[in-house]
Amino acid sequence: MFPASFDFYRAHSAEEAVSLLGEHGADSRILAGGQSLIPAMRYRLAQPTVLVDINQMQAANYITEENGELRIGATVRDSDLEFSDLIRTNYQLMSDVSDVVADPIVRFRGTLIGSLCHNDPSGDWPAAMLAARAKMIIQNKDGKRVVNADEFIVDSFTTAVEEGEMAVETIWPTPSKNTGASYQKIERKVGDYATAAAAVQLELNEDGTVKEAGIGITAVSYVALRVAEGEALLRGQKVTRNLIKAVAAEASKMADPIADGRGSAEYKKEVVGVLVAKGIMQSLERLGRKVEA
Amino acid sequence: MEITLNVNGQEHKVDVEPRTLLVYALRENCGLKGAHVGCDSSSCGVCTVVLDGKIPVKSCTMFAVQAEGHEITTIEGLGGGANLHPLQKAFHEQHGLQCGYCTPAMIMSSYALLQHNPDPSEDDIRRGLSGNLCRCTGYMNIVKAVQQAAADMRQPAEAAD
Ligand SMILES: Cc1cc2nc3c(=O)[nH]c(=O)nc-3n(C[C@H](O)[C@H](O)[C@H](O)COP(=O)(O)OP(=O)(O)OC[C@H]3O[C@@H](n4cnc5c(N)ncnc54)[C@H](O)[C@@H]3O)c2cc1C
Ligand code: FES
Ligand code: FES
Repeated sequence: MFPASFDFYRAHSAEEAVSLLGEHGADSRILAGGQSLIPAMRYRLAQPTVLVDINQMQAANYITEENGELRIGATVRDSDLEFSDLIRTNYQLMSDVSDVVADPIVRFRGTLIGSLCHNDPSGDWPAAMLAARAKMIIQNKDGKRVVNADEFIVDSFTTAVEEGEMAVETIWPTPSKNTGASYQKIERKVGDYATAAAAVQLELNEDGTVKEAGIGITAVSYVALRVAEGEALLRGQKVTRNLIKAVAAEASKMADPIADGRGSAEYKKEVVGVLVAKGIMQSLERLGRKVEA
Repeated sequence: MEITLNVNGQEHKVDVEPRTLLVYALRENCGLKGAHVGCDSSSCGVCTVVLDGKIPVKSCTMFAVQAEGHEITTIEGLGGGANLHPLQKAFHEQHGLQCGYCTPAMIMSSYALLQHNPDPSEDDIRRGLSGNLCRCTGYMNIVKAVQQAAADMRQPAEAAD
């Protein structure tokens, strides 16, 4: 189908985008990669009357690493992450996700920030954002504020971005050398949303005990969830088989999936625990460590 | 609104609405029917064209106005008739198609893939083309065709070393 009519504006700076959004109110939307918004408009699930295109916003096209943080602008595409040596070597979780999100053509257009703002309950990036303790900078006409992942991800297709605001930058802490991560996704086919998926990031102390743990799961509830209880179980501990089982059980306990063509609710609830367990094991393997008996 | 699209090196002045999807501007305003439409959900890839010489995009998931200022390449721009592009020749010789509905997009996606990776492994090809669906071939001959074209396209460079 054809999208409903709208007026089209190009913004060349965040200030211009925010001012256009302010002028046109609730029915105006930012157009980033368009890989979620345009399909939604074709189905008339979304009928914005004004689109503010940010694709030509040159200043928003950056990936920079400094002072222990990675900063990514609003027009950085999944393919930019997929093909970046910096991401491949220093940001395992991001690298894993950028290999499996959507399909290779969609990745040439879809943006990381657009995906986070879309906040699909089955989206891959929200789970990774939770596990990596990433943040978002949101701009409005009065200035900018920083929100962390837990505050950013509010509800299905709802984030901390309010009317008249633009997400301008996402910040991901640079993992230390003792950090391993893994993204585990079950999908029916390339380009399908996850049946269930888990993002895991583990930082170890020299003695092999866990210093910090991040676990996010997606496609198993109304929104991506952080498995806080599981993270707490890991902190300070040596990773044993029994501990992994207990952490996986916490993920399954939180999951409240709906049955659909991808699987029954029981199956998804069970399998998300398995994915968390696999994520923990692969994170350790990538650090050259084995699970203790 | 009137916009100018640069397609296959030619300028087309076209009158579109902001909501006009690029694929329809190409097919209906520019008369280039190589980009097809196969779905409503941005998932089949048969509308794939190449932007700025190396970026594959689903032309059903981009507004025509957004393509202004970019160089668009469609299958018609790669070659034709007696002047087939190595990819077109290879799809022909390796029987990389049956009904042909997915073929223009499959070739454009392969073209973009080879710009990024001139010497892809079988796995790279399968991964790289995984956004393009084919309902007929089972992909085997498509992969062979891309391998043949990649070798052909590398040859002049290799011969020069
Ligand atoms: C075939 C197909 C398969 C897919 N598979 C997956 C998958 O497996 N997993 C997955 O996670 N996703 C998947 N997607 C979605 C894809 O990753 C999208 O690219 C992504 O969700 C949205 O990014 P975008 O840049 O295209 O945003 P857009 O579609 O342009 O925008 C999405 C929403 O976010 C808002 N927005 C965008 N940028 C900003 C900003 N800077 N500030 C404020 N609001 C903003 C828009 O107004 C809109 O409401 C798939 C898409 C397709 C077409
Ligand atoms: S027509 Fe199916 S992806 Fe464009
Ligand atoms: S040849 Fe028929 S769809 Fe590919």
